[in-house]
Formats: sequence, C-alpha cells, structure tokens
Amino acid sequence: MSTLNINGQNHEVDVDPSTPILWTLRDTLGMTGTKFGCGAALCGACTVHLNGQAIRSCVTPVSAASGQKITTIEAVTGGSDKVGQAVHQAWVKHDVAQCGYCQSGQIMSATAFLKTLPRGKVPSEAEIDSAMAGNICRCGTYARIRAAITDAAKALA
Amino acid sequence: MNFDQATFELPRHLQALMQREQAGSPPASNGLPRRSFLKLGALSGFALGAFPLGTLAQDAAKPAGLKPTQQPSAFLHIAADGSTTITINRLDFGQGVQTSLPMILAEELDADWSRVNSVHGSNDPAYVDPLFGMHITGGSGSIAHSYTQYRELGARARAMLVQAAAARWKVEPGSLRTQNGQVIGPAGQQLGYGELAEAAMALPVPTSVTLKDPKDFRLIGQPTGRLDAVAKSSGHQDYGIDVRLPGLLTAVVAHPPVFGAKLQSLDDSAARAIKGVKAVLRIPADRGGEAVAVLADGYWAAKQGRDALKLAWDSSAVEKVDSARQLAQYRTLATQPGPRRFDADVSGLDKAPHQISAEYVFPYLAHAPMEPLNCTVRVEAGKAELWVGTQMPGLDGLAAATVLGLPPQNVQVHVQMAGGGFGRRAIPSSDYVVEAAQVAKAALAAGISAPVRLLWSREDDIKGGYYRPMHLHTARIGFDGQGRIQAWDHVIVGQSILAGSPFEPMMVKNGIDGTAVEGMKEPYEIPMRLTVQHPKVNVPVLWWRSVGSTHTAFVMETLIDEIARTTRQDPVAYRMKLIGEQHPRHKAALQLAVDKSGYGKKKLAPGRAWGVAVHESFNSVVAYVVEASLKKGVPTLHKVTAGVHCNRVINPRSLEAQVQGGALMGLSMCLPGAAITLKDGQVEQSNFGDYAVPRITAMPQIAVHTVQSDDAPTGMGEPGLPPLAPAFANAVARLSGKPVRELPFKQG
Repeated sequence: MSTLNINGQNHEVDVDPSTPILWTLRDTLGMTGTKFGCGAALCGACTVHLNGQAIRSCVTPVSAASGQKITTIEAVTGGSDKVGQAVHQAWVKHDVAQCGYCQSGQIMSATAFLKTLPRGKVPSEAEIDSAMAGNICRCGTYARIRAAITDAAKALA
Repeated sequence: MNFDQATFELPRHLQALMQREQAGSPPASNGLPRRSFLKLGALSGFALGAFPLGTLAQDAAKPAGLKPTQQPSAFLHIAADGSTTITINRLDFGQGVQTSLPMILAEELDADWSRVNSVHGSNDPAYVDPLFGMHITGGSGSIAHSYTQYRELGARARAMLVQAAAARWKVEPGSLRTQNGQVIGPAGQQLGYGELAEAAMALPVPTSVTLKDPKDFRLIGQPTGRLDAVAKSSGHQDYGIDVRLPGLLTAVVAHPPVFGAKLQSLDDSAARAIKGVKAVLRIPADRGGEAVAVLADGYWAAKQGRDALKLAWDSSAVEKVDSARQLAQYRTLATQPGPRRFDADVSGLDKAPHQISAEYVFPYLAHAPMEPLNCTVRVEAGKAELWVGTQMPGLDGLAAATVLGLPPQNVQVHVQMAGGGFGRRAIPSSDYVVEAAQVAKAALAAGISAPVRLLWSREDDIKGGYYRPMHLHTARIGFDGQGRIQAWDHVIVGQSILAGSPFEPMMVKNGIDGTAVEGMKEPYEIPMRLTVQHPKVNVPVLWWRSVGSTHTAFVMETLIDEIARTTRQDPVAYRMKLIGEQHPRHKAALQLAVDKSGYGKKKLAPGRAWGVAVHESFNSVVAYVVEASLKKGVPTLHKVTAGVHCNRVINPRSLEAQVQGGALMGLSMCLPGAAITLKDGQVEQSNFGDYAVPRITAMPQIAVHTVQSDDAPTGMGEPGLPPLAPAFANAVARLSGKPVRELPFKQG
C-alpha cells in the first residue's frame, strides 16, 4: 500500500510503486479529469502539480510522490485556488476548448506558470509561449490560450 | 441489466435510458434516446447493402410520413423545471456542433438558451444524417445537412407546446405567442415550457410547420459560448476513455509490426505473472493479421503485460513497404497511362513560350487526435453495448454485431464526446471497434464476461495506419507572357481511400477516387489533362481533415502563384483575372482577406513577404493572406488574415475557432516532423517526439473575417485547412526565389 496526498486528502492505494501517478488517479481512484495523451511526457495532457510544480503524471511513479502534495485539475478549478479559478474563468470566457481533451493539462500548466510570476505581472506572449510549449493542442486553440492566460493574469493583478 | 448507481457514473441520459429499459417501459415520448430500432436496409449503390437506415420505428402513435429524423421526441426533452436537453445527431470532437445544432433547434423553439444543454445520440435510426441516410459525421456536413432538420424539429415542438397551452387556456392557438421558453396568452398569461412539456409531447406531431423569417433570428448568428465550456475547463467533461462500468477490464493489444502479419510464436508467461493481468488472448487483427490482447485491471497492468509478451511475427505473406522505394515506384507510375479525370488537349504544351515542369511529394500523415483511440464493449444476455467516440456509429455497430454474432438490432452504440478525430473516427473497416469486439468475444470464450475497454497507446495510434495517403503529383504547364494557360498536363499518384470500402460504388468513378482529385482545377478556367494512378500498397489509408484538398490545394495554389511570379503579375490580381465568372464566392473571400490584411497597401516588416491562397472545399471558400519570413533559412509564419465564405454563419465564435484550428492543422503539414515513413514494412515514427505536431510557439496571429450572406449554411469543420500551407509556401517562395514543392518544408 502507498499513501498519496491528493488535493489535500490522503488516499491508500494498492498499486505497484512504479505505477505512474496518472493511472493511479484514473484507474484506481476514478479521478478522470487528468488525461492520458502520450505516456512519454511529450504532450502535457496529464499535467498535475507536485508541491505546486507542474509535472507529467504519465511518467512520474507513485513512489516519487510519497510524502508530497499532488494537486489535480479537479481541485485547481473547483476549490479555493484563486489562480486556478481565474484561469478557469478566463478559459470559459474565451471559449478556449474545442475538443477540450488537452485542456486539463493546459490549465494545470497555465496555473503553475502564473503562480511563478511576481504579483501584478502580466506575461508577454513570448513568456506565455515558453511556459506552455510542453502542452500540445491538436485542435489549434493556442491563440485563445494566449488570450485567456493574459486575461487571467490581468484579473489577478 | 443491473447496475449499481453508487459504484460508477454514467452520463445522465444513459442512466435514464438504462433505468427505462430495466423498467421495461415502451419507447418514451419524452425525448430521451429511444431504444434502437435498427434495421438492415439495402441502399442501392452501396456494396455492403447493410447500412443502418432511417427505417421507420414501429410506433403507431407517430404520424405516417414523418421520418425518425423528424420526430421531436428523439431530439428534445424538456423537464418539468424547464431545463431543455437537445440530442445531437453527430459526434462532437471539437468542431462545436454540440452547441450550434442546439442553437438551430432552440431558435425555432424559442427556448430559454440559458436552460439548454445537449447530449450525444446513438446508432438509433433517428440520428442518421438526413441527406446521406446513414450515421455519419463528416464532409463538414453537420450544419449543412441538418440546418433545416433542426429548425423543423424546433418549430414542430414549439407548435405542440402552443397547442398544449391553448388547450389548457381554452383559447385559439393562433392567439398565442412564444418567447424565451414561455407560451404567452392573449391576456399576457404565461406558461413555462416545462409546465407544458408532458402534455405537448403527447400530442400528434404536426407534419408541416412554418419556419421563422431569418430576420427574426435571436440566436442564430449570435456569438455564443460553447455549452461544454465549463465542463471542458474544469476536468469534468467525460470522453470515451473515461467511461466507468462495474468490473471494467482494460485491454492493450500487441499489433503486428507489419500490417496484416501473422503471429508465429507467443510466450506469455512473463505477462501472465504481472499483477492485475487477467488473460492473454489471441485475436484476429485488421487486414487479415493476428494480434495478442492483454486483459487486465487498468491500463498500466495491461500495458506492462503487453510489453512483457515475447512475440515472433510472420510477415512473409504481406508486402513490406519502404518509403524511398515507394516514391521511386510512384515516379515510374506517373509516366504510365491511366484513367483521366479531365481530358483537355495538351498537345500545344511544348510550344508555349513559358513552361513549368514540377514534381510534388506528400508523405503519409497520422491524425493523432489527443484522446488515444478506445472503445468499451459490454456483452450481456445476447445484447451488446458500445461506448465509443465515433463518426459512424451505425457502421461500427454493424461491424461489432458481425464479430459478436449478434443481430444488429441487439447492438447499441452510445456515442461519446471525443478528444479530437480529424477523420480517424470514421473508418469504413471500423478497425479499432472491431478490435474491441474481438477482445470482448475472446474474453467471453475464455470465461470472462466483464465489460472490456480497448485502449491504444500513443505508439499504437502513430503506428496504427489509416493515414492520409502519400501522394506524388507531377505537372507540366505551358503559358504565355500574360499568364494565359495554354495547356496543363497533370498526374496524381496515390492510394485510393475508398477502394474496397462501402463508399466505393458511390465515390469511385471510372477508376478514379473522387477524394483524390477533389480541389483540382476549380475555380480556374484551365485546359487541364488530369491522369490518376491508384497503386495498391500495404498501408491502410483514410481521410484526414479536408481529405483530397490537403494536397490538391497546395499543388494548385502554389502553381498558380508560380505562374503569376514568372509573368511578373500580382498574385491577387492574377487570381481575380483567372477565377471564372461562376465563382463569385472565391472572389469575395479573397477580396475580404486582401482588404482586411492591408495587402498591397501596408508596408511589411523587414524580411517579411506576403503569401496568398484561396480554395473551396465542402462548398465553403477560405482565402488566406499571410505574412512570413525566413530566419536563417527557417520558414516562419507570423500573421494570417482569413476571408471566409460559408453562407449563413450559425455561431461566429465557433466559426472563428474552426478557422484557427484548421489553419494550425494546415500549418502542421509544413513543419519538420510531419511525415509518417516506412522501412521494411514498419512505421518508423512512434510518438510526438518523432511525429511532431505544432506547439503554441508555432501559432501565428490570426484574424478571421466572414463574407455576409443569407444563403443556407455550408460546412466549416474542414475548409480552414487547405489554403494555409500554399499561402505560407507562396510567401516563402517570394523570399527564397525558389518554389516550395514538398511537405513538410525543407529547412535551411
């Protein structure tokens, strides 16, 4: 048994410690907001936060999360996370999603990025691109992602 | 059929459906999806003669003359509290019909839009494309084919609600009006649709209705937010991959490394030893091959099991394709006689004052939707249910029924929201659905009756075939100093997408697959001879967003531009001169893009050049004017201005998204890594590391403008793609002085 702290709650999970966090979330705990895209840290669909840092849960084993705090999309957009809320609202306002499948990961990367900025700073397009370059969207929502992140940063300023 | 609601979640409409089936109640008139009355019918011209047609449901309460596609009860459910659920008869895989089809129905219904949501349909006959008579999302036809259908559905339901209110108030229906989900009486009295729905839906469905004057539209044409925006911005949207059922097992399959290869030997001892692995199953694979499925608790155990299999394959009986050799063969084929799509006299070509001789090469392309392909199958008591994000639930249901040995009407397909598709979910062979059914069948034979979820890895997807076909084009063009084209001799070599599929009799004519040549010649008045060769190659091929126009638009629009450059003419003015009088929409779209971009007026930043292209696909025209540069030899796209002509626009926000997305997918064809190649029969790429798709860093600025029109809407899911690559290439050619004749672009 391993203990995982997810969104502030401890979960006992009976999985091999080498199992990626992604599959423990999805198949063991039924938390399907975190998505499977490539299994190789190439697309970012599976992004979660480990102690606030954006990581790729498809290649991060459960053993690496022992004693650490995992945060998923469900908590970032549904709880008391001010930055996550601002990002969620900007995503809805700009109608970013098309198929929407990559958007959990996009939002997790955007939220982690905005939290690294000094208070009040609105990032440049180049800074946004650099922070978001690990997340693939096949539908081509990138223009609206840029606009939504800019908007969220302004709302937080 | 038993299920415990506490242990798993299903979309609400599925729960309701299952509850009703448990209760054994008859098909409801309350608008929730009815049980499938799927019947086989022979549609003339279709080889299989086995499409799920819109045969009339056996329901005496329904008036004769109305088809299942015209019954409001199959598409609309208004709850007592007024919340309104509209069923879409297509797959939404990002294109936004989940919002725009309900907008059309809600417009005529006079619904309260803030109370509207929407759900996917099934393989029920009500949900066929009303034009094609089969279940299909494709050809950018969702709005184009269902605009009138959804208007009439809304108008019929509105008339029934008015009738019910009139009966309640004992007044003439003509004295009532409707507004925002309310029927309003002569004295100003109001009844909400929710209060009237039950009585209204029990009334006879009117056979004829009067539709609104479009000048009274309140919803259609308004920029409208997606109904799924909140769910898709919070991790709460479920896709096919997220379906949860009690006892669900996951299957990961070892596919043959060469398409159609057989299994020579299998050692599964290590795989069976992995915790969670339930079974290792040999199954028939696509194209006559064999495969091995590992069935386990969850994906990770199944994948570990699959990776632990020791397998040897026999590919002696199948062709082992090599991309370099294949290109050489295509070059030889291009010189051979073949069927002609156009047959102009090109004998004067050699005497023309100017001549171009060009060869174009296009590689195989994978669709690579972000949601890896998956399909869940449950077989119980002689019936099967499938949960799958599919563009063709009718065909897929039939294919599963064949594998499972069940009557087609015993297979129900629940269409799931899909994480992208781009054509990969409309497979005439139903490849991954058949594979899921084969796994379920083999599991049953092994004594496992649990529901089975087949889930492909990204590597399975990239290596799994069904690519946009590789193509070779050759062109010889003779023209004079004014750019007047005297003869154009053109050859296309590429696999037929439709040969051997149920669509062949309809869309392969005179040995030429219509999807290979669409987009050639028009809108230009050109004396063209077009010869087509369709070699048979052991690589499965499929339509890829905008299909033939992925390559024909590139060839046509770069060659037209090259003629303009050669004869020192402005590429816009030259096109306007060459576009025939019967193509005013092309001229309008191009002029709009020119005007909005500042083309020919604005001074470009140093190092940048203009590029232009215009193309019609799926009855819509898109023109792009772009700004690009060459940074140390690397082509870079900075700015895109779109002029779009798709007649009436339902949801301008959705249209903008489709053009942005189409443009990016067009750009994807240009960038390094956009090629599937084969060596010794095996696909060389495996994931997003070696099959690259554009990231946010490649996204240009893009502005979308539409030509105003009140004509019936045409499609917009695909037409944004084709003109992007040639517009970009034309800018690059202006900068480098050399034509671009290969995708992806050569770097440096």
